[in-house]
Amino acid sequence: MSPHEGGAQARSTADAVARRSYGKLVAFLSARTRDVAAAEDALSEAFASALTDWPRNGCPSNPEAWLLLVARRKLIDLGRRQRSGEIAAEDLRVLTEGLDAASADADTAIPDQRLALMFACAHPAIDPGIRSPLILQVVLGLDAASIASAFLMSPAAMSKRLVRAKDKIRQAGVPFRIPEREELADRLEYVLDAIYAAFAEGWVDPTGADVARRDLAEEALFLGRLVAGLLPATAEAPGLLALMLYAEARRPARRNADGEYVPLAEQDPERWDGRMIDEAEELLRRASALGDVGRYQLEAALQSAHVDHRRSGRADWPAIVGLYDALFELTRSPVVAINRTLAVAELHGPNAALAALPDSASDTRLLEYQPYWAARAELLTRAARYAEAHDAYEVAIGLERDPAVRGFLQRRQATLSVQKS
Amino acid sequence: MQYLLLLYANEHGWDSLTPAQQQQGAAAYKAYTEALQKSGALKGSNRLQPTSTATTVRNENGKAQVLDGPYADSKEQLGGYYLIEAADLDAAIAWANRCPGAGHGTIEVRPVWEMSA
Repeated sequence: MSPHEGGAQARSTADAVARRSYGKLVAFLSARTRDVAAAEDALSEAFASALTDWPRNGCPSNPEAWLLLVARRKLIDLGRRQRSGEIAAEDLRVLTEGLDAASADADTAIPDQRLALMFACAHPAIDPGIRSPLILQVVLGLDAASIASAFLMSPAAMSKRLVRAKDKIRQAGVPFRIPEREELADRLEYVLDAIYAAFAEGWVDPTGADVARRDLAEEALFLGRLVAGLLPATAEAPGLLALMLYAEARRPARRNADGEYVPLAEQDPERWDGRMIDEAEELLRRASALGDVGRYQLEAALQSAHVDHRRSGRADWPAIVGLYDALFELTRSPVVAINRTLAVAELHGPNAALAALPDSASDTRLLEYQPYWAARAELLTRAARYAEAHDAYEVAIGLERDPAVRGFLQRRQATLSVQKS
Repeated sequence: MQYLLLLYANEHGWDSLTPAQQQQGAAAYKAYTEALQKSGALKGSNRLQPTSTATTVRNENGKAQVLDGPYADSKEQLGGYYLIEAADLDAAIAWANRCPGAGHGTIEVRPVWEMSA
């Protein structure tokens, strides 16, 4: 093998391990010391070492164990260097001990403490606004900049808040454990939010051509399954998994043969993944039986109604609007309010829907929110107010980052001039 | 880890209690302290005199600035503390939640800065 090929193979192995095991390694390296930042630093140095070592000496048979051993050495070095102030001899002993136990069984399997790590990140002692981003970073290894864009925050502010949260976990001694039943529901909400945010980030790339994003959606589904499997008595965990599966099932239908964006109303149901939808329906049925309604179950129920509508051609619009009402009651989310208006349009016509659209004067964030302008444009078109619709499409196009969706909006906008004349 | 539980409450609350209520309150603190001691978690504890007895000291250019009154005027005042040993924040929160002070005030839980040997 040429050195070049060796380098490429080392990189692809390292990438594969990073995606599969990053969170697992961070969770394992930090479970005893609670020092997530140090675990991340050590792990990133271990990955860097891998990229110089593996092309020369070949990829190890157990890359996870290799990375764990190297990261462990880096952690101990780091502990010695920083052994002033906060890091005491006791910490160093705990670190070494915990890691010795780790390396001993690294050849078999590294225990999966990701869930415990996620609950530490979603601890009530952590600033509520940073819990989801924190989970995305420590479990999935996302950098602050890409998390910041998903959470409408500047990268600098995001980075600062992440550092602060990790400091709090370490200094205040936030435990890595799955909470007791009575606190579980509250804490779980933040864990589920973080999983869904990860999924939403991954779903932006509809063709799945971008490997990192596709893996993000897959990782979110994996985490969703993990949580739903470990907490079978909670309704929202399977509710979220069902919601993600409905969305994932439609991924192949979101683009036509030319790579153009296809909205739900025009998708070919034959191209949906029937098995995923069946699984989602079953999960939703099981979640509903627990009698504890929540945001994710309602959103999954809406997905189920849309799927049924497209498959059967019949829709129960009053029921769908009712689901949106319940969801809005629970979340007060402007996004829900926007989607609700599209169902209202089916039930009461476009003018009633336009009146129900949230007011951008009272929430100026809407002015920068593409779905608000796209929904507005759609409703104005249906109300035959073509000039205003044209302007609304213009803003929506200007705000959209996905070229395929931009193209779709441009085609919609172009059909207006035909209707006008 | 060690945590300091700082007990904040309206310090005039105590005076407005009936003698029977005061007795009951004192008994609750006594039992709580006893429980901490029995579990081996208690490292130290004291009740403080009211803020009317407080004096603040600050040294400016080598000269002591001594002032009457507490550091900060607030609706609830620091009235006492428990220094405890706890495995993690959840264990410390559990002790804070059991403290009678959590019922009539606020407990701030602060990890102690561990100094290297």
